[in-house]
Amino acid sequence: MSASTSSQQEMETVVQHALESAARAGASQADVLLVEGDDREVRVRGEEIEFVKQAQERGLGIRVLVDGKEGRQTSIVSTSDLAPDAVARMAAEAVALARATAADPTAGLPDDGFATDLPDLALFDPADRNVALEARIEDAKRAEAAARGFDPRITNSEGSQASSGHARVVYGNSRGFLGSYESASHGLFSEPLAQEGDSMQRDYWMTSARRLADLEDAAAVGRKAAERAIRRLGGKRVATCEVPVIFDGMTAPSLIGQVASCVSGYSVYRESTFLGDKLGESIAATDVTIIDDGRLPGGLGSKPFDGEGQPTRRNVLVDGGVLKTWLLDTYSGRKLDLPSTGSAARGTGSAPRVGTTNLWLEPGEKTLDELIGELDRGLVVTELIGMGFNPTTGDYSRGAAGLWVENGEIIHPVEEITIAGNLGDMLQSIDRIGSELVWRGRTAAPPIRIASMTVAGE
Amino acid sequence: MSASDPTETSADRALDFFRDRFDLDDRSLATALDTALERQVDYADLYFEYTTTDSVSLEEGIVKSGDRHLEQGVGVRAVRGERQGYAHSDDISVESARLAAGTARAIADETREHAPVAIATGSGGHDLYPISTAPTDVPVAAKVDWLNEIDAYARAKSPKISQVMASIVCQHKHTLVAASDGTRVADVLPLVRVNVQVLAADGSRREVGYQGAGGRFELEEMRDPARWQGLVDEAVRIALLNLEAEACPAGAMDVVLGPGWPGILLHEAIGHGLEGDFNRKKTSAFSDKMGQRVAAEGVTVVDDGTIPGRRGSINVDDEGTPSKRNVLIENGVLVGYMQDRLNAGLMGVEPTGNGRRESYAHLPLPRMTNTFMLAGEEDPEEILSSVENGLYAVSFGGGQVDITSGKFVFSASEAYRIEGGRIGRPVKGATLIGNGPDVLTRVTRIGHDLALDEGVGTCGKDGQGVPVGVGLPTIRVNDLTVGGTEG
Repeated sequence: MSASTSSQQEMETVVQHALESAARAGASQADVLLVEGDDREVRVRGEEIEFVKQAQERGLGIRVLVDGKEGRQTSIVSTSDLAPDAVARMAAEAVALARATAADPTAGLPDDGFATDLPDLALFDPADRNVALEARIEDAKRAEAAARGFDPRITNSEGSQASSGHARVVYGNSRGFLGSYESASHGLFSEPLAQEGDSMQRDYWMTSARRLADLEDAAAVGRKAAERAIRRLGGKRVATCEVPVIFDGMTAPSLIGQVASCVSGYSVYRESTFLGDKLGESIAATDVTIIDDGRLPGGLGSKPFDGEGQPTRRNVLVDGGVLKTWLLDTYSGRKLDLPSTGSAARGTGSAPRVGTTNLWLEPGEKTLDELIGELDRGLVVTELIGMGFNPTTGDYSRGAAGLWVENGEIIHPVEEITIAGNLGDMLQSIDRIGSELVWRGRTAAPPIRIASMTVAGE
Repeated sequence: MSASDPTETSADRALDFFRDRFDLDDRSLATALDTALERQVDYADLYFEYTTTDSVSLEEGIVKSGDRHLEQGVGVRAVRGERQGYAHSDDISVESARLAAGTARAIADETREHAPVAIATGSGGHDLYPISTAPTDVPVAAKVDWLNEIDAYARAKSPKISQVMASIVCQHKHTLVAASDGTRVADVLPLVRVNVQVLAADGSRREVGYQGAGGRFELEEMRDPARWQGLVDEAVRIALLNLEAEACPAGAMDVVLGPGWPGILLHEAIGHGLEGDFNRKKTSAFSDKMGQRVAAEGVTVVDDGTIPGRRGSINVDDEGTPSKRNVLIENGVLVGYMQDRLNAGLMGVEPTGNGRRESYAHLPLPRMTNTFMLAGEEDPEEILSSVENGLYAVSFGGGQVDITSGKFVFSASEAYRIEGGRIGRPVKGATLIGNGPDVLTRVTRIGHDLALDEGVGTCGKDGQGVPVGVGLPTIRVNDLTVGGTEG
């Protein structure tokens, strides 16, 4: 379906036209994001293809700023209609919309500091450009067959899904910045069901990467998913207690993501984060180092410039337990009297906001198996459900499933429990960090052990 | 501003819209469907969508931005057995639909001769949300003024209110479904939502309070001061209450759920498990339980897409099936699943009007509409006093379920200890976890005070969000695990 995708030059022409239209309609500043992509997705369940989905998508987002009495008035419009007259009409509508809002002294494009170097971050392998749909169907089939064939107790599945997407991003603004990049992402996901007696359990495993060649082997994805589903069979509640809790490599990244959301400049100036007065202070155990780096080669969160055209970079958020920086875009930076950290995330339909790129917790020395071996009595969390986290207070309480450990041995699977604490206390009481750091998305973390949390069960 | 003929239904107006604006008439729809049917497929359908969404939001006392988004496109599906081919385009035209149909039909190899598609002009189902002014046509200036009133009103409520964030989000969506069996149905769906979030500060302690409301009606309905001030009052009350709240107890205990939004229990604990796809594939904890007791006597649960003006209501679903009132559990016994066309066909039952999708870029799935438990006869006060020690949960944030194991969670945003049969100290951060197939068997009391939620729910499944509603009378549930930190 890639035959009719626009060229980079055609896309740049649309962006320039939108910027000119905004200026003509009365905008004092504007920026424009144009994204075009094509995506393929296929799911196989059992031996049958369940669906094949193919699409080409494009989106144009225009932000205009109009000079008001004490600041600038802002609006954002988006559309998929790229015809020149439609774009001019949307730009004019945006200006009219902006004039109805209030002037904000902080609003505006970055004054300077736009990216001048656009390094090749290996976001796209030309060899993958025309990957055959059949090849991805084959991947899904292999994962599914491996999962189904792993053990007789794997009786069913939600299927195995392969996806491949390619996108080109062009961003330009009225300060003269115009940049673009191409990126791809490929994924494979398998979700089998295990059954024994009355117990039925599902679990999943996944891999994703910028290059097809970097995906985990399809059969390994299926086997790993099956292994995880089987080990949940016979899960039960445990008595309510306070014990050490190990988050595995699948669940630990969510904790790191929550830390990042609490150091976003927006939550800081809105006073809606429990870390709001902790800059420069110890917020975690001394071996906790958390980094966000937008320029990791091949990283799933990598991009050469952020949503405002600022260069992406490496930001060490937490160094040896000490909170070193907020994550900032231009607006939240101005609110806090600080420069942008190149952390603006922008979708076609939204204003720039703070986002992470490639976010991770630096690994420690011991493997997950070793951490389990050292545990006298406690819980390994392999899945979290629900949204029980309050960034304003740090209060944390989520549904969990996992494995109960006694004397260094896994005794039985656990389900229908919650784990609770306060993220501030949890970070301070991290007493082990594992060695395995695997990227399955934009956020990664090795296993983490927290010295004590409340496990609620029977 | 578009004034419309009050005698026209939403279906009529949507048909006119797509014909006048995009030249989509019955003949051109049939042509696109014919392309899909040139291969050996059982069924094909087209879904055209044209949606305008606008939002205006206030923060730090000023309306900082206005947004307006246009989403348009067509999704084409070809179905053969359990297999679906899907392609979509962001261009609304017969040519785009034909191109997409050519891609979607690739799930079937063999070509064939077929009779040309004959589009039928059937009834469009209900007319549950007639409006004369689209919410997206209300001038932005009026929304800005309103947000400023909300801000001033909230700040005047208490000196502890340090931040106010409010937004007005309006959507106006035109849809047109055409299928190879001749189905041709259109609809115009309005959707409005007003959100108020406040931050209360006392010394070093801060807490957030949120309340929102909305539905499928004219924005004017929310403009009544009694209505929007009620939202602000609630947001402020919850924030101030949480400033006083203590840590939540942990462990299994008896829980009383208040009326309205706590109906999210039904949505998570049983609703998803009763969607047709999971049961056809037998991946749900409720698979093969049809006709069996899954709830206590007296428990009747309904999914009803036909309630006028509700957020979860739809005149027709996104496959053209009129919405219905479907009884899922009757007096404790499982009697119905929610179905889309594909899964109903494969299970040999009728579609129930629950085939929904987020947009033209998504395949339809069996989804809930407005899910609630019918009222019982008991006095809510007596239900509370029947519990010696436990938890009273009044309002919730989000929830989630594992369909297969049946385990679900939902998080309370307002909850209290029950001490000696009375409402005691407020507690914060309570997460409840339970097992879907048996939680309703432990419902021991049902109040007479059924209420539906305020109209803010969005349900996520397979990465697709759709607006839904929930409802519940006050109920008592025994032995639910409460995830707090205090012993």
